Amino acid sequence: MDWAYLFEISLTGIASGGLYALAALAFVMVYKATRVVNIAIGEMLMAGSYLFFTFAAMWALPLWLAIPAAVLASGLLGAIIERTMIRPLLGEPPISAFMVTVGLGSILVGLVEMIWSADQRRLPDFMPTKPIMIGEAFLAPKVFWGAVIAAVFIAAVLLVFRHWRGGVALRATASDQGAAYSVGINVPRVFSLAWVASAMLAAVSGIIVGSIGGISSSMGVFGLSVLVVVIVGGLDSVLGALVAGVLVGLVEALAGAYLGGEYKLLATFIVLVAILMARPYGLFGTREIERL
Amino acid sequence: MRIGTFKESYASDAALFDSRTQHVWLGIAAALLLAFPFVASDYWLYLACLIAINVASSTGLNILTGYTGLVSLGQAAFMGLGAYTVAILQARWGTPLLFNLLAGGFVAMLGGMVVGIPSLRVKGLYLAIVTIAASFIAHFFFANLKITGGTAGLSMQPGQVLGVVLDTSFRLYWLIVPITVLMLLGAANLFRTRIGRAFIAIRDRDISAEVLGIPLLQYKLLSFGLSSFYAGVAGGLWAYFFRVVTPESFPLSMSIFFLAAIIVGGMGSILGGVLGAVFMTLVPEVLKLIVDVLPGSADLTVFLSPVRLVIFGALIVGFLVFEPLGLAEMWRRTRRFFHLWPFRN
Repeated sequence: MDWAYLFEISLTGIASGGLYALAALAFVMVYKATRVVNIAIGEMLMAGSYLFFTFAAMWALPLWLAIPAAVLASGLLGAIIERTMIRPLLGEPPISAFMVTVGLGSILVGLVEMIWSADQRRLPDFMPTKPIMIGEAFLAPKVFWGAVIAAVFIAAVLLVFRHWRGGVALRATASDQGAAYSVGINVPRVFSLAWVASAMLAAVSGIIVGSIGGISSSMGVFGLSVLVVVIVGGLDSVLGALVAGVLVGLVEALAGAYLGGEYKLLATFIVLVAILMARPYGLFGTREIERL
Repeated sequence: MRIGTFKESYASDAALFDSRTQHVWLGIAAALLLAFPFVASDYWLYLACLIAINVASSTGLNILTGYTGLVSLGQAAFMGLGAYTVAILQARWGTPLLFNLLAGGFVAMLGGMVVGIPSLRVKGLYLAIVTIAASFIAHFFFANLKITGGTAGLSMQPGQVLGVVLDTSFRLYWLIVPITVLMLLGAANLFRTRIGRAFIAIRDRDISAEVLGIPLLQYKLLSFGLSSFYAGVAGGLWAYFFRVVTPESFPLSMSIFFLAAIIVGGMGSILGGVLGAVFMTLVPEVLKLIVDVLPGSADLTVFLSPVRLVIFGALIVGFLVFEPLGLAEMWRRTRRFFHLWPFRN
């Protein structure tokens, strides 16, 4: 057993877990507020990274302008999606909204291939390229800085939604829609807010993921791992998303290093099934009490 | 011409096909199905077989998702189980075709029941994700086991029935379409029985169903099993049709295709599954025809596959937003219009 190697792999796993956690946060935000399982989260991430690609590489905007522009444009996309696809389904069974997002994923992939073609592209480098050494272990600089940015964003989002009025409204809507309505919270607007915020977060993580591994129209596969993360953590739990993000990142890295690349998804899905059998609502999810 | 309905006995109320007009139309449809292979070109025969396979599989998914309310994104994986079983049996031992198809169905059924085990504890969308997990695990085994031929997959000889070698679309049509029709009749009849009604009760509210004395796990497993059986047989037919089975033959997007087919067609309706599968299979072909007719088609062909994806997604979204009950509901409206015609429209 090579302990240094294990340590190195684990670090990489935890760092990529940070990215999962950020994307999972985007997912949980929509789920908590609107009870929509957004299976197209990977595709929204991809849309964000392609917008960044357009602004930074094709229009050659400076980075400090391109990143906010991409994030804002994604927010707009989120608002459009909410208005045209999710709002009309208010009150329909949750399965309908879930399937709408299945369709949404397909539309986004198709649009990206139409506009930017299906080829693999590289995002402009903006992260420091000096290798990072933690003790004896070497960590790829992009992965390290990606994880740092993700961690900063997660912290910022948590703070903002704890103290800002909109965040309070969102949490109120999440815990009880009827009660939120009755104290004057504009619930449909909160729904929009949740989608906009989620699309923006997805764009941020899309930019990071894209600058680590390049962008292509099949980037949505990242969304599958994110889906595993949120299910393992519990759909409506922020803490669950963070813990499960790191856990799944770790499992993927270890399986990839010791068993081989093709075992990555297999290992995470086996973890998923095992955890669901033991805890049907994920590690930290709310247990729904059903009665007639 | 017939106005309204007037039923005099329980038997006529519970009948599978309820009116004279319907019998006549069904007779015409059957005659068309019989005559079709003698007039159609090879391309249309190929399409007809593909449609029939998709109809069989989406009918299976409709039993599980439309009637029992358990969303599954693993239908393609169960088709894969059936296809691999058939391919292995045919290529290694050359067992008779109908036996292979049945075996494929039963293997897929077992697989489906294993995947269904979490369904008592895990509900709704959690379950949908478990079925995604199942399809990835199945894909992994297809790609890595020795008996499935790894990533290269398996290729097989054309099947034989009563000494006739099924190597053209014309001959395969006579295998695939009758089996699909049989399975459709089976599914339609299922919902006139105690089992089918239990499925519907579970869909409407599973706890009430349990209070009414329906053993939930048993019936949910049965629903998974039946649906996978349909998928397995469809997969077996698929294997005989294409004669090459690889791990990439049954991707997650295929499961999504079947889900889309029953959404577009109408969930919880046998006719809906059929209409949806026909419609969804034909959409890409119609697109291809349009692109061929339009000027400058060489440039447009590049756009064909992304346009297909966009239209595919837009169909799902559009139907859910504007016509949640799908094509079947449109059909019912048309039918009602003719029932009531001179009096109300």
